[in-house]
Amino acid sequence: MSEDHRSMWESLGLDLGAHDALLEVLGKGYQDIYLAQKDRPEGMGYFDFVMSEVHGLRIKELLDEKAAGRKVIGSFCVFVPEEIVRAADATLVGLCTGADFATDEVEKLLPRNTCSLIKSAFGFKLAKVCPYIESADMIVGENTCDGKKKSYEIFNELVPNLYVMDLPQVKSDEGRALLKAEYLRFKEAVEQLTGVTIDAERLKRGIEIVNNKRMAIHRLAALRKADPSPISGLDALLANQVFFYDDPVRFTDSVNKICDELETRIEKGEGVFPKETPRILLSGCPMAVPNWKLPWIIETSGAVIVGEESCVGERGTRNLTDDSWDTVEELMETIVDRYFQVDCAIFTPNPDRLEHIVEMAKTYKADGVIHYGLQFCQPYLMESMPVEKTLEEKDIPTLRIDTDYSMEDVGQLKTRVEAFVELIK
Amino acid sequence: MLKAGIDIGSRTIELVVLEGSQVVESRQADSGFDPLAHAKKLLEGVDHDHIMATGYGRHLFELDLDAPTVTEIKAYAVGAKNLFPQVRTILDIGGQDSKAISLNDDGKVIKFEMNDRCAAGTGKFLEIMAQTLGYSLDQFGVEALKATKEMQISSMCTVFAESEVTSLVAKGEDRQDIALGLHRSVVRRAVGMLKRVSVKEPILFAGGAARNPCMRHLLEEALGVHILVPENPQMVGALGAAILCSESG
Repeated sequence: MSEDHRSMWESLGLDLGAHDALLEVLGKGYQDIYLAQKDRPEGMGYFDFVMSEVHGLRIKELLDEKAAGRKVIGSFCVFVPEEIVRAADATLVGLCTGADFATDEVEKLLPRNTCSLIKSAFGFKLAKVCPYIESADMIVGENTCDGKKKSYEIFNELVPNLYVMDLPQVKSDEGRALLKAEYLRFKEAVEQLTGVTIDAERLKRGIEIVNNKRMAIHRLAALRKADPSPISGLDALLANQVFFYDDPVRFTDSVNKICDELETRIEKGEGVFPKETPRILLSGCPMAVPNWKLPWIIETSGAVIVGEESCVGERGTRNLTDDSWDTVEELMETIVDRYFQVDCAIFTPNPDRLEHIVEMAKTYKADGVIHYGLQFCQPYLMESMPVEKTLEEKDIPTLRIDTDYSMEDVGQLKTRVEAFVELIK
Repeated sequence: MLKAGIDIGSRTIELVVLEGSQVVESRQADSGFDPLAHAKKLLEGVDHDHIMATGYGRHLFELDLDAPTVTEIKAYAVGAKNLFPQVRTILDIGGQDSKAISLNDDGKVIKFEMNDRCAAGTGKFLEIMAQTLGYSLDQFGVEALKATKEMQISSMCTVFAESEVTSLVAKGEDRQDIALGLHRSVVRRAVGMLKRVSVKEPILFAGGAARNPCMRHLLEEALGVHILVPENPQMVGALGAAILCSESG
């Protein structure tokens, strides 16, 4: 790692020793899980580079943007509307939540039976190892599950710039009105932070940038319908993860380039695994970098993942924002419409998600569904029961996995996943 | 042609060799601290043309000896069907795992459940509780059946249950009664797992815990049906692997 990066991290207040340790673990994990894969598309080289510089060059870019007067906003959730952030020439980044870090420090602030994702967010902050959170001019917390909304009360004491966004829990007119009020309030807060007045033209441009990014991901997803699958689930997940970090325009181009390559592969009948490899749809909690444990177990157990029903996946990216309107008011309405369709498990009831899982299983020709629930994540664990029931009624085999970020259950998970793959073969 | 199946579990290793459909060799050993070495030792002097590994240590074996592997879930299903062609449900309580497996008419696995990462409800739990009460593993079930009083053990965690047992002993409770209470708690958990999968008859009980007479008795009592137990309940996985090995070549 270059000396420039070290001084940059130092200026951000990172704990260099702990950060070195993190990068080493991350690098090794990436080597063992990603680079060890066979027949990867060449275009993945871009993502390898992005990952190798995820705390380096990308942070430098963000700091350069800040030096030029633009702002960086950090978020933990797909409900934070990137269109509004982009409209103010600011950059939205996903904050680090995919690995256990400084658990003993975290457990001084949070109960032990808090999910890994929330603990991880605290761990990265407390251990001073996340350059994204340290670069952010505003951090958006959102009232999704009880764990997150209560933990933000404590997180607020760790960071100077937390903005909490309320979210509805019911898909009613009142729920939509709440989301709209919160998005209007967020727009004002972004305007205040950036000094930019968001007009219709800016909002349309923001929508266009974010829609293009989504369309590239939709194109990638559609190519995974092919058998043999032209790309591994791990690599496709990585693209979905980098969605949250990268410069959106460059990301869009890079994903489209991979798609061109995958189209050629499909024409030639080439894939990363042999034809008729059992196909798995992964459904459930989000998987942030470097939470690759379960996908890695699945794809080293003789199956291929063909879709992610997840916030880091199709739940987060599936709908476009309609930009065929001309006033700020109208465009804000369409942004609200787009996000109000997100079928997060915090909504009750949440039948859309069930339908979407069934639809995805059919679209991507999955032989089975693995439901991934993060231990102590009540909303998704609760929904895993009806998900299993609904899928089995439709003769779609389903395996419910309840796990966390630790590696201690890898042996048992491997047995369960292998047995599931034997079952759907 | 001689086809071998080896089941490398967390506590014991079993080996079965088939000639045609005839079992010509069947051996067992402790896994110890070096299961691979123990597995190789168990294989010493055993003739076989092909071998397939299953159980917790299957991948160790695969890496070392380039042998094909199968999960214990499928191996148990195949072994169970060979012993009892009609079987529809399997309960396997082994050293560190317990599993409930549901089969269709053809003996194919249609659903399964496994305990999660801790030892609650597994053979390890029974082993440690037997130790705490000063019984050998063989005595444990026999003594529990002599209990005269019902006792509720509420902790399923091995560590907590151990201290619960210690405090019951300190209160002067009878060992046999405590032993029965401990068996009941494992059976309650196993029945819960079975009900999530299936309780379609006939039900086969396998794994080391099936050797325990109190476990068999309580399970039949809780389910209200007769339970099948193979002559050697720990060999089912190795038998299944040996059969699958012959199928795959």
